[in-house]
Amino acid sequence: MEFFRIKKDIPFMSYGRYTTAISLLTFVVAVFLLATRGLHFGIDFTGGTVMEVHYAHPADTQKIRASLASRPDVSVQNFGTSMDVLIRLPLKADVSGAKESEAVLAGLRNDDPSVQMRRVEFVGPQVGKELVSNGSLALLLVSLGIMGYLAIRFEWRFALAAIVANLHDVVIILGFFSFFQWEFSLPVLAAVLAVLGYSVNESVVVFDRIRENFRIMRKSDVPEIINNAITRTMSRTVITHGCTQLMVTSMLFFGGEALHYFALALTIGILFGIYSSVLVASPIVMWLGVSRVDFLKAEKKTGAEAS
Amino acid sequence: MNRYPLWKNGIIALMLIVGFLYALPNFFGEAPAVQISSSSAKIDTALMSRVEDGLKSANLAQSGMFLDPASLKVRFNDTDTQLKAKDVLQTQLGQDYVVALNLLSRSPAWLRSLGALPMYLGLDLRGGVHFLMQVDMNAAITMAMDRNLGEIRAELRDADVHYSGISRQGEALEIRFGDKESSDKAVSEISKKFPDLALTQSGTEYRISAQLKPQARSKIQEFAIQQNITTLRNRVNELGVAEPIIQQQGSDRVVVELPGVQDTAKAKDILGRTATLEIRMVDDEHDLAQAIAGPIPFGDELLKERGGLPILVKKSVVLTGEHINDAQPGFDNRTSEAAVHIDLDSTGSRMFKQITADNVGKRMAILLIEKNHAEVVTAPVIREEIGGGHVQISGHMTTGEAHDVALLLRAGALAAPMEIIEERTVGPSLGADNIAKGFDSTLFGFIAISIFMVIYYLVFGFVSVVALGANLFLLVAVLSMLQATLTLPGMAGIALTLGMAIDANVLINERIRDELRNGNTPQAAINAGYERAFGTIIDSNITTLIAGIALFIFGSGPVKGFAVVLCLGILTSMFSAVLVSRAIVNFAYGRRRVGKLLIG
Repeated sequence: MEFFRIKKDIPFMSYGRYTTAISLLTFVVAVFLLATRGLHFGIDFTGGTVMEVHYAHPADTQKIRASLASRPDVSVQNFGTSMDVLIRLPLKADVSGAKESEAVLAGLRNDDPSVQMRRVEFVGPQVGKELVSNGSLALLLVSLGIMGYLAIRFEWRFALAAIVANLHDVVIILGFFSFFQWEFSLPVLAAVLAVLGYSVNESVVVFDRIRENFRIMRKSDVPEIINNAITRTMSRTVITHGCTQLMVTSMLFFGGEALHYFALALTIGILFGIYSSVLVASPIVMWLGVSRVDFLKAEKKTGAEAS
Repeated sequence: MNRYPLWKNGIIALMLIVGFLYALPNFFGEAPAVQISSSSAKIDTALMSRVEDGLKSANLAQSGMFLDPASLKVRFNDTDTQLKAKDVLQTQLGQDYVVALNLLSRSPAWLRSLGALPMYLGLDLRGGVHFLMQVDMNAAITMAMDRNLGEIRAELRDADVHYSGISRQGEALEIRFGDKESSDKAVSEISKKFPDLALTQSGTEYRISAQLKPQARSKIQEFAIQQNITTLRNRVNELGVAEPIIQQQGSDRVVVELPGVQDTAKAKDILGRTATLEIRMVDDEHDLAQAIAGPIPFGDELLKERGGLPILVKKSVVLTGEHINDAQPGFDNRTSEAAVHIDLDSTGSRMFKQITADNVGKRMAILLIEKNHAEVVTAPVIREEIGGGHVQISGHMTTGEAHDVALLLRAGALAAPMEIIEERTVGPSLGADNIAKGFDSTLFGFIAISIFMVIYYLVFGFVSVVALGANLFLLVAVLSMLQATLTLPGMAGIALTLGMAIDANVLINERIRDELRNGNTPQAAINAGYERAFGTIIDSNITTLIAGIALFIFGSGPVKGFAVVLCLGILTSMFSAVLVSRAIVNFAYGRRRVGKLLIG
């Protein structure tokens, strides 16, 4: 079986203008959303307490709310099934979160002895702040590391194009999380960074072909070379991402609430990763003015290990 | 062509066998167990037979006992029996032994003898509590300065230096004198006896200000966190937890992980207690009623006794809980009230003897201080000099309270208060759920990929699937060998690396198809496909590896687990996707003339 039996190269580069326009538009919308609505940060970043409790019968959220009425800004919602309830308590300056969750649980037990503690997470304010700064640092380090590697392995234009394309994915994932106000937690951050590393693969594979084509297709001009590289790697792109997506979809369906947003972030990242590394990174490389001459120079430097 | 030399096939086969063996224990699962350990009593075969008899008489069936130098582990078939057995054994063996719940691998003995152990399950998979505690370093400094204050006072008195006042201002001590002579003498005395203090003299008012030197400061802080870790370890031992983790993190934080702890309220209570013991003198010279109504006399503090009665206590500390060697609950042999018997160390004994000798007929207050809240446990009259370092505290205590106080004192005092700044508690049922969910995700994802690959690439798809399976085993084996902690994000990481690892095989298969399309012979196509795809596979894996390493450096807790799996998964996938799949292809096609490759 074969999905892609393409005889002629698809002129991707002549669509470059449109695809970049679409990217720019989604990018601007995502940035706008992030600026106005912001992200719905989980307690990993904001600090606070989350409790998951389980009842032997469908839970009465009204009653739970009434029991917690004395505490301001408490959110009570069903979680997964009608018997599971998620309670969120904001940070309080004077009470230790560790003590607070005990008090809440004692109150609930008083109302209904069948309640069972499933999970308690309390994060203090200083920890949350550190996680935000560590997360940003990790993002920066990953970007620099990947750029450095690509600059050594290929050329600075490729490095720049790949990182622009992939940071654009990251912003779009964040845009989705902002639009739907999905909870942005630590695992989601991990997913975002994993996507960054993963979808750069895509650019690398295309760039590899571009480099090879510069060697083989002596008579073609740059857009033709890039078109050919993309067309010939398309099959692999779709199949690889399809397989990874199969796994991620499985996590989305069977992984439960704990892995839900993690898998969701990966899904968005994978879908946009295909698009951006093919239709955003390559036009940027072209516009940055890559030519056979630059490339042969770079080729000489790394020639020994590349061949 | 397309034949691996024997040594290469041999190495691949060996790695696969080792990988399979070391991955195997994970599939046997873990059985509930009880772990018996002790810091004082012997763990030997005599204990083993005692435990065996105890369980037999309680009609509890065990499924194996394992003795090692540090502990005795008893395996059970279900958690019900395990919980009952824990209670039975704890009452039978008494306070000398710590009886804790644990999990033991169900894998057969020959696997264990190879050193093959299952992965260590993280708290989100086995249930338990994770705390991150912050040590209040400023308090450590002020506590040290308070101690210095008391000692300087005694020192000046001994040296016959007259001072008009001494007090602590923030982190500095201020000593005032009436004339220059005493001030000068004090400076020489103090700098001789207290090398950790930097003294500054202000001439006009005959005042000395003493501050900690920077090295002394960092030494105190270092000591404070070490002392707190020791204290926490003692307290956790009292709680009875198998395999607790207590580690320093950064300069002022401590991580505490208690797997399998069910009663989190109790754990928090014991760990969160910042009780320190102090012995001070009761001020009976001033009138209590007047102090309640009006200003409290200088140098005194108005506290409450257990039972609610107010009592006037001097601020200066004569002895702290640091000097306690041991504390046991018991009874007062005259009144048969509940009491705590304390053993002091040699310095403590000497100091205590001195104090009691100097203050016969006066009252001394024994204080428990929790989070800046001081409570006088008891304030007995000193009838005679007490030597030998045996002290008994009694008064207004139930036996339960006596037990708790003894535990707290025995576990040692905290050098500085601590606060829980992060807590993650996972109930045991959620842990089991998480394992099932992580397992299901991986399994169904794997099946879906397998079906697709076989349909799409036929024989080569099948080879890819076998390589992917080998990758799973190798990854699990490496994680088990490293005894890495598996968390739910780690399981997600396994699933994700499998989803990503197939990329290498797709690349190879596509290249082979490409080569065939370009008119190469099957053998040449296989060779060129593998050779050419290799550079691309390396490039694309390294970028993911960079992301994984950054996550490992900056991630915390569960994210770190994800990062470890991601990085290791990339390495094992390179091995299995390139070498293992090539070896299989070589076996299938390498030794003969091939008319057509079944690659779809």
